[in-house]
Amino acid sequence: MEKILFLAHTQDDGTLPNVAREALAAAVDLTQKIPGSSLSVGLIGQEAKPAADAVAACGAARFLAVTGTEFAASRYASDVAAVEALVSEAQATLIVAPATIRFSRALPGAAQRLQGRIETHVSGLDVVDGAPQIQRWYYRQRMVATLARSQRPWFLVVDAGVFPPWQGAPGAAALDNVAVALPENCTRTRVVGIQSPAVKTQTIRPDAEVLFVAGAGWTKKQADGQLHIKEAEGLILGFLQQCNASLGSSKSLVDQSVEGEAVLSFMSHLNQVGQTGSTPRHPKGLATCCHGEEPHAVGWRFINERRAINTDPNCGWAQGKADVLYVADAFQVMAKVNDLLGG
Amino acid sequence: MNGGFHIVVCGSVVPDPLQTLAPIEGPTGPALKNELMLPAVLDPWAGHALYEAAHLAKNTPGSKVWLVSLGPKAKLQQLMMTIAQKVSFELVVLDGPSGGFSDASEVAAALAGAIDKIPDLDRSRLLLFGGCASASRDAGVTMQMVGERLGISDQFLGVDELTVEADGALKILERIEGGQYQVSVCAGAPAVLAWATGNLPEPPNNPQIGMMNMRTVMPALQRAQPAPVGAEGVSWRGVDLPQQRRQTRIVKDLSVEEIAREIVAWLKG
Ligand SMILES: Cc1cc2nc3c(=O)[nH]c(=O)nc-3n(C[C@H](O)[C@H](O)[C@H](O)COP(=O)(O)OP(=O)(O)OC[C@H]3O[C@@H](n4cnc5c(N)ncnc54)[C@H](O)[C@@H]3O)c2cc1C
Repeated sequence: MEKILFLAHTQDDGTLPNVAREALAAAVDLTQKIPGSSLSVGLIGQEAKPAADAVAACGAARFLAVTGTEFAASRYASDVAAVEALVSEAQATLIVAPATIRFSRALPGAAQRLQGRIETHVSGLDVVDGAPQIQRWYYRQRMVATLARSQRPWFLVVDAGVFPPWQGAPGAAALDNVAVALPENCTRTRVVGIQSPAVKTQTIRPDAEVLFVAGAGWTKKQADGQLHIKEAEGLILGFLQQCNASLGSSKSLVDQSVEGEAVLSFMSHLNQVGQTGSTPRHPKGLATCCHGEEPHAVGWRFINERRAINTDPNCGWAQGKADVLYVADAFQVMAKVNDLLGG
Repeated sequence: MNGGFHIVVCGSVVPDPLQTLAPIEGPTGPALKNELMLPAVLDPWAGHALYEAAHLAKNTPGSKVWLVSLGPKAKLQQLMMTIAQKVSFELVVLDGPSGGFSDASEVAAALAGAIDKIPDLDRSRLLLFGGCASASRDAGVTMQMVGERLGISDQFLGVDELTVEADGALKILERIEGGQYQVSVCAGAPAVLAWATGNLPEPPNNPQIGMMNMRTVMPALQRAQPAPVGAEGVSWRGVDLPQQRRQTRIVKDLSVEEIAREIVAWLKG
């Protein structure tokens, strides 16, 4: 018999992030499939009532919350204390939570403190013979494993985009506040703000339909023997704006800034896709001036339809990594694409 | 900073990302085909952590860096041929598997145990560094568990920048959603920082540093404690390679105009 706890934190505006609703759908599904199991909801934030009401109809037997000013901020020490209290109060054996940055930081420590275990980047959940089993990737999306565990409590941190978000009518949840007295060492850290990248343009858009990847070719000498950095910037930004695409990069392109070479002004390590970058989820991806080497292409695991523009017909994309490779000059093609999108 | 920092970096080896990897059924669970033969590199994000540690130690007099590595001794010895030439550190070796299928909590227990035994480590000055995730298990949990075992309640994940303020406080930039940074100020050590890329290029090889490090590296390898970590309690139901290859259509003879039209139709479709 599993006691399942869906765990979430609120956003600044008091609502739950979308990925939390996705994790809730997973928790509800597990509860329905594991015989004799029960569901509780545990929330953390400045206040939790609006968020609890929004998911009041999810079928949870209990709604628990740790609230207050000290729990508004995304801070390890207070978050671990809150999670510890909620899991203990719910006597949870399975904890299902969304892979937000805040939880990615705090939940591993909470699992340790509770003598439990944790699986992150959960990309599939199933129930076999009444017991849960999960799917996750290893070696940066190179291979996928299915596994089960005997230890409890077991934290399952669900990646965004895996489950459809839970949908249901809002209601009035009977919320129990769980008191947490923070020891002094939990407030040694203060969150003082959010810093946007030095550039004006917001280039990383997790919800975008299209991922546009720029590779180092954009800043290399072209057929005329010249660099065309300004032109490259104009073409890329033009496309992002018209298509509302998210911008990804190869490692080589973002490393150039550290190495003091010519760079695209709006590009940083945060844009990097691949082995040592991100693995975003988008329905479509277009790679330009990027070779498509394996350490880059593993970051495309969750991009469904993939196309690439490269002057080299033997580049990595040609080796079964893209659906279509256009052997062409990306400067010319993207100028025309932008014209067509604008017209 | 009074007396400098004691910076412990956790980091080990992973297969070179350019290698093709295939899973096999090992005696105790899944493993990689030819695991011990695969060329290995320093786990990339742990590498950034190491370079940041060395940089911080250089700029904070009285500081010292340890590198605590859990991996097959022979592989770590190979790795030292390159890494030990880049930055100064004292090596602590745990001889055990470094593959992705061992359990993070067992790895964390071994690492915390080894750190606990480091002679002369001043816990009040401790900065525990590591990568924000490994390129093998890619769980992003080990550093927090080690920190928790060592009783460190200030922890940061996905760090790109650390500045030590005049009063010893740590100003830390962590990656958060949407390509932004959360800015935090922590009263000071001890703290855990699990690094993302940071801001430093890979340091060039410096044979002098290599010579200095080697004096302690070889004895450390000889002293290596066995750390037979596994994944107790896990039942593996299968490990599979995804369907790798797509049938790539290579378009060579369309005009720029035609390609652009095709792309726009696809984007809008
Ligand atoms: C430990 C490790 C981790 C790594 N992690 C990552 C990672 O996370 N992400 C990542 O991306 N890489 C990673 N790499 C690096 C990876 O192996 C490649 O070196 C990198 O992806 C190459 O980037 P690129 O394709 O942009 O550049 P290049 O290899 O320089 O390719 C540039 C491409 O641009 C094309 N080009 C030039 N001009 C034009 C034009 N006008 N029109 C069309 N095409 C043009 C060229 O034909 C070429 O294919 C990693 C490597 C290691 C060793």
